[in-house]
Amino acid sequence: MGLALTLIAQRISLGILMLFAVSALIFVGTQILPGDVAESILGQSATPENLANLRKELGLNEPALTRYFNWLGGIMVGDLGTALTSGASISEAITSRLGNTLFLAAVAAMISVPIAILLGLFAVRYKDRWPDKLISASTLASISLPEFFIGYLLILVFGVKLGWFPTVATVYDGMSFGDRLNAVMLPALTLTLVVLAHMMRMTRAAILNVMQSAYIETAELKGLSSFKIIWKHALPNAISPVINVVMLNMAYLIVGVVVVEVIFVYPGMGQYLVDHVSKRDVPVVQACGLIFAAIYIGLNLVADIISVLSNPRLRHPK
Amino acid sequence: MATDPADEQLLDIRDLKIGVTVREPGKPPRDITIVEGVSCTLGKGKVLGLIGESGAGKSTIGLSSLAYGRGGVEITGGEVFVNGRDILKLSRADLNGFRGREVSYVSQSAAAGFNPAHRLIDQVIEATLEHGLLNRSEAEARAKELFEALSLPDPDTIGNRYPHQVSGGQLQRVMTAMALCPKPDLIVFDEPTTALDVTTQIDVLAAIKKAIRITGVAALYITHDLAVVAQIADEIMVLRDGETVEHGTTQQIIETPKEEYTQALVSVRSIIHEEKQPSQTPLIRMENIVAGYGRGPAVINDVTVDIYSGQTLAVVGESGSGKSTLARVLTGLLPPRSGQSTFEGRPLTNAQKDRPLDDLRDIQMIYQMADTAMNPRQTIGTIIGRPIQFYFGVTGKALQDRIAVMLEKIELPSDMANRYPAELSGGQKQRVCIARALAAEPKVIICDEVTSALDPLVADGILKLLLDLQKRENVAYMFITHDLATVKAIADSIAVMHLGKLARYGTKTEVLSPPFDDYTDLLLSSVPEMEIGWLEGVTASRKMQSAGN
Repeated sequence: MGLALTLIAQRISLGILMLFAVSALIFVGTQILPGDVAESILGQSATPENLANLRKELGLNEPALTRYFNWLGGIMVGDLGTALTSGASISEAITSRLGNTLFLAAVAAMISVPIAILLGLFAVRYKDRWPDKLISASTLASISLPEFFIGYLLILVFGVKLGWFPTVATVYDGMSFGDRLNAVMLPALTLTLVVLAHMMRMTRAAILNVMQSAYIETAELKGLSSFKIIWKHALPNAISPVINVVMLNMAYLIVGVVVVEVIFVYPGMGQYLVDHVSKRDVPVVQACGLIFAAIYIGLNLVADIISVLSNPRLRHPK
Repeated sequence: MATDPADEQLLDIRDLKIGVTVREPGKPPRDITIVEGVSCTLGKGKVLGLIGESGAGKSTIGLSSLAYGRGGVEITGGEVFVNGRDILKLSRADLNGFRGREVSYVSQSAAAGFNPAHRLIDQVIEATLEHGLLNRSEAEARAKELFEALSLPDPDTIGNRYPHQVSGGQLQRVMTAMALCPKPDLIVFDEPTTALDVTTQIDVLAAIKKAIRITGVAALYITHDLAVVAQIADEIMVLRDGETVEHGTTQQIIETPKEEYTQALVSVRSIIHEEKQPSQTPLIRMENIVAGYGRGPAVINDVTVDIYSGQTLAVVGESGSGKSTLARVLTGLLPPRSGQSTFEGRPLTNAQKDRPLDDLRDIQMIYQMADTAMNPRQTIGTIIGRPIQFYFGVTGKALQDRIAVMLEKIELPSDMANRYPAELSGGQKQRVCIARALAAEPKVIICDEVTSALDPLVADGILKLLLDLQKRENVAYMFITHDLATVKAIADSIAVMHLGKLARYGTKTEVLSPPFDDYTDLLLSSVPEMEIGWLEGVTASRKMQSAGN
């Protein structure tokens, strides 16, 4: 167990280090953009005096390093700063939106991950026969369609024609869990269709790779049924690549949902970020960037840890 | 032969035909026959040895008694009766009920045959539970009894380990226990000891034999090594190219083989090589060599050996004994931590990259896997011509002539030059590698297990060729092998390596004559001999020795 723990500790410290590096990159990146917030706020009425005054007021005159450490120090205590355009606290604005985004991603993941893995197992069991081809073709079709198209299609069928789910994903504080689930169902389904193919194909490929192993033959010659062989003997050895692609898609579900949020008018992080990018509200962009990076790194960390734990050689060294 | 399926025999294979459909992109699929009309029967509790070279179809026949075809292999004709049922006609579900219950399988590589993700005990009792033969605690108790019968250490707890936590020889015995656990009527042993070291092989062989005797299970024992099968089988069937060559009792096959091919198999390794006496000064002296990898421990420790011009030094040892590392030191691929090699009396630069071109040319190498040692996209001519071009700057017509000469030396037709490695047989590929090494006109060639991957008869041909070339070209060999029969056939002097040290070193006669040190004795007495009862003799004398000590 010692070896596995050391590896995990290593990964976690590397993850934290990476996060600091990313924070520096985000900060530098926003600094080298041409123009600044003062210019974009004042727009046409920008005179040199006005600009200088506003910059002083917003603290943009401080040296970059000082601003970076002030920013970082604030983040440590949960203060992401204030939005330049509205003067509101970013932390407050983001909390509910991040919650909404995570909720939508969680629902989409709950639906898509089990379906993807089960479809992958089925595809392996009926390899090169019609169920496999049907699964491959339909998931490929769903990934090939643009998100907005799938979204509108679902709205048309389930929202307008059948009337099962609302076409606009309105959520508000104090909404019951059931209502909330109902509200996000269409965007969650849209996301499911987008990420399903990738995960399913990776599951299929990873398991097929393992199915070539001699121990699969051993299992077959014991008289085990095909599903038992795939489930008990192949899947445990294919966990690592599957978990990696699952985590990658989960990250996408959280940070890549702008289009879906727009279609369903869902108050999540994506829309918030896009709004503020267009307004050149640097603190908000920085805060969103850092949160997205933390989510990416965190999910990949989880994937790494599961991979380590799923390897018996690391769990039980000689 | 009686055609009644319900006769006494446990296994009754009739006119078995097995084929495979090869599908290559861009070509129409073609059918290849692997087994053509093989028949045999096996009574309860009997052991039938299937013997033949690679491609003889012996594994394929073995697996057919589980109605299984590996890869795209399909049973195209014939009948296989087990306990009076034609198993080729069973439904998928019935087949699952049959496999692992009536017939079970032990594969060549237990390391690959066990699932790395599960504990050994769960895999050992899996078939027993699957077929509902025993409940979990009964099955575990039976597994522990079997572990004990197979002389595994800590039989009560070894099952809790994962496959990577036990040694290769132990794993092979655990796999035998796994096959025995559901009390099958027949076990197919597919080269169960081939991947093991010779001293481990004898233990596993004895354990398998004991297990067969205790449980009364019948067995199909597949191997390419006639001496091994002679220890264990009641009857032997010799196969070649998917057809039966000869079938008889073990005694008849070993002592009075009828067919020419069987006779060749029995008398293989009968090369007699007169040992040459060492000359005054060695061609190469490796002195007090200590070497290891990275920051790890030393893999070879204080080894001193001499190689004489035109003679063969055989370096023998089991896997992990450091023999290949010694070769890497000589080639300069692994500079030693201490010690010095001299070449014709002058010191040899340690690192290969610093050596002058002539030193590189003078030390050539031939590898175990000819397949991976050649670029599959180069023609044989290009492969052999490369050293000639590189070391001697010969090009054009002169180069083609030298390539033709080299091909003649290795007894291959000159039109081979235009072919690709994939079109050659295993033995031919190894010949090309010999030609490539020889083309540099070296003074010494390091041969690293060059015959290990080859069938006995093919290996014999390669050894004869090497000896012949040595006589004509006066080249010295450092011959690395784990196979003592090969050593006896070609060596002038022998270095026995054990755990990175020289266990014994001297001329062939010195090394192979008593009194022996313990390790050399163990090594020599572990080599199977083509003699019925050899295994019992050796194990009995070892028991007496350990009792005496």
